[in-house]
Amino acid sequence: MQHQSTFERVLRGVLIALVLVFFMFPIVWILLMSFQTNEQILRIPPSLLFEPTLENYRALITGRLETHAGTLDIRFMQNLWNSLILSVFSVALALVLGVPAAYAFARFRFRLGEDIAFTLLSFRFAPPLLVLLPLTLYFQDLGLSDTYVGLVWVYQLICLPLILWIVRGYFEDMSPDIEHAYRTAGHGWLTTFRRISIPLTAPGIAAAGLLAFIFAWNNFIFALVLASADKQPVTVGALAFVTASGIQYGQIAAAIVLSITPTLALALYAQRYLVEGLSLGAVKG
Amino acid sequence: MRDAFRRKALPYLLSLPALLVCVGILIPFGTAVYYSLQRYRLNLPHLRKMNWGENYLKFLTDSEFWNTLQVSLAYTGLTVGLELLLGLGIALLLQRSTRFNNFVSILLLLPLMTAPALAALMWKLMTNPNFGILSYGAALIGFENMKWASDPSTALLTVLLVDIWVYTPFMMILLLAGLRSLPRQPFEAAALDGVPRTFVFFRITLPMLSPYIITASLFRLLDSIQQFDIIYAMTQGGPGDTLMVFQVEAYLQFFQATNIGKSAALLMVLWVITFILSNLFVKQWLRLREQAQGAG
Repeated sequence: MQHQSTFERVLRGVLIALVLVFFMFPIVWILLMSFQTNEQILRIPPSLLFEPTLENYRALITGRLETHAGTLDIRFMQNLWNSLILSVFSVALALVLGVPAAYAFARFRFRLGEDIAFTLLSFRFAPPLLVLLPLTLYFQDLGLSDTYVGLVWVYQLICLPLILWIVRGYFEDMSPDIEHAYRTAGHGWLTTFRRISIPLTAPGIAAAGLLAFIFAWNNFIFALVLASADKQPVTVGALAFVTASGIQYGQIAAAIVLSITPTLALALYAQRYLVEGLSLGAVKG
Repeated sequence: MRDAFRRKALPYLLSLPALLVCVGILIPFGTAVYYSLQRYRLNLPHLRKMNWGENYLKFLTDSEFWNTLQVSLAYTGLTVGLELLLGLGIALLLQRSTRFNNFVSILLLLPLMTAPALAALMWKLMTNPNFGILSYGAALIGFENMKWASDPSTALLTVLLVDIWVYTPFMMILLLAGLRSLPRQPFEAAALDGVPRTFVFFRITLPMLSPYIITASLFRLLDSIQQFDIIYAMTQGGPGDTLMVFQVEAYLQFFQATNIGKSAALLMVLWVITFILSNLFVKQWLRLREQAQGAG
């Protein structure tokens, strides 16, 4: 494969360019659209030359949209805030629950251990509605319908298996000898866990946390079924916004840009760990 | 004595909280099984009773059910098949670990990290019949008045495009990692002997890559057969019942037709499919995982 003909190199370059256009164009186009007025968006043929406006973002951030038909209230900032709260608390809870469990599965062979680990993994693959639809009825009885708590709990279905299986891999990679030496020096089990095991696997734990955050943020179906109007994250809120505002295309584009920026930024930051995370530890990048 | 007990109890204590949180989630699963065996409509509560397998039996003669099964299988087969071919192609293009290739592969992660529901909205804006850039482009090459997702004949094509846009990078990145981890000797030997490259590809590369191909494909099959976000955000299963895949149909049966029994039975059928797939998947995945742990 070392000796490539010129024709091959050109072909390769053209193909990569086509791939880049297909995968990058939607993001670039929506970004451009978010800086356009409705008149500019509706212009035919579409033009790359336009005077950018920040009006769409201003309307979203102030929450008031002036139209010919009157003023429309937008609660998009609330959606953004909800996404942040739900994702942060879901990941935090999943780390508190998942890291010790991951350690147990990595270090100890115990009865039912593997069964429990695989049961937790199987949640990743079961149809979410199977659990969500009965939950809507339970949530009303339990008084969880209008709370963050209920959603954070159910979001564990996304975050926990991810954290558990990725972090387990990192613990398994770490040699038990280091822990053993530290314990022989007279330290207790908990101290060893806190001072040795956690710090040594910290990069892996952080990567798993970031990935879980992205998946929680991007989730749609859980919140669509369970979240009340004022607890909706951006994924559900953006869809409701499209229905409510109808033809405010510039604002819709701006809302999409604001909603996807956090996860895209995190993904770029954590890209080194994504391969391993996405395959739940089966493939090393 | 006390120490021995603590050593035995420790792993359970560590994993118990995670398990307890999830047991709470197993209860609704049991409820769903129970509902699926009932005649249960929210608008006719007094008619609620156990009817055992009747919901399932009715599926045999229910054209809606067969449509759902057919659409789901077509959607899954097409998305995973096309994404595998494209993902493998792109992985081969980017196989050499140059700075440029690595930069491209990082850029390609962005669609994968976009929420699928929002990706559907992005494509909805681009395929809007009035101002969508893709509608404009389609008109330029002779497809006037392309209606994309609102036309039954192009609806599947439109959601396929979105699915391919979001998930091809998943295939690409796993296969790329696989390609780069293959041992070099067989390829060097083949190059020395002047073996034709198509032969190398089909007889050396593909067989050695197959564990990665199988794992990535099963992963995608499991997700794709349950696709909801893209289809719901794009068309809510329409136009008509063109895109009524399992989860969309079950969602609408629950919230619009308020036929809880039928909705639950539909989801149970889907669960059986995913259960079989996930067992196949876990075997493959464990094999790869052991390799990865061994290498790391």
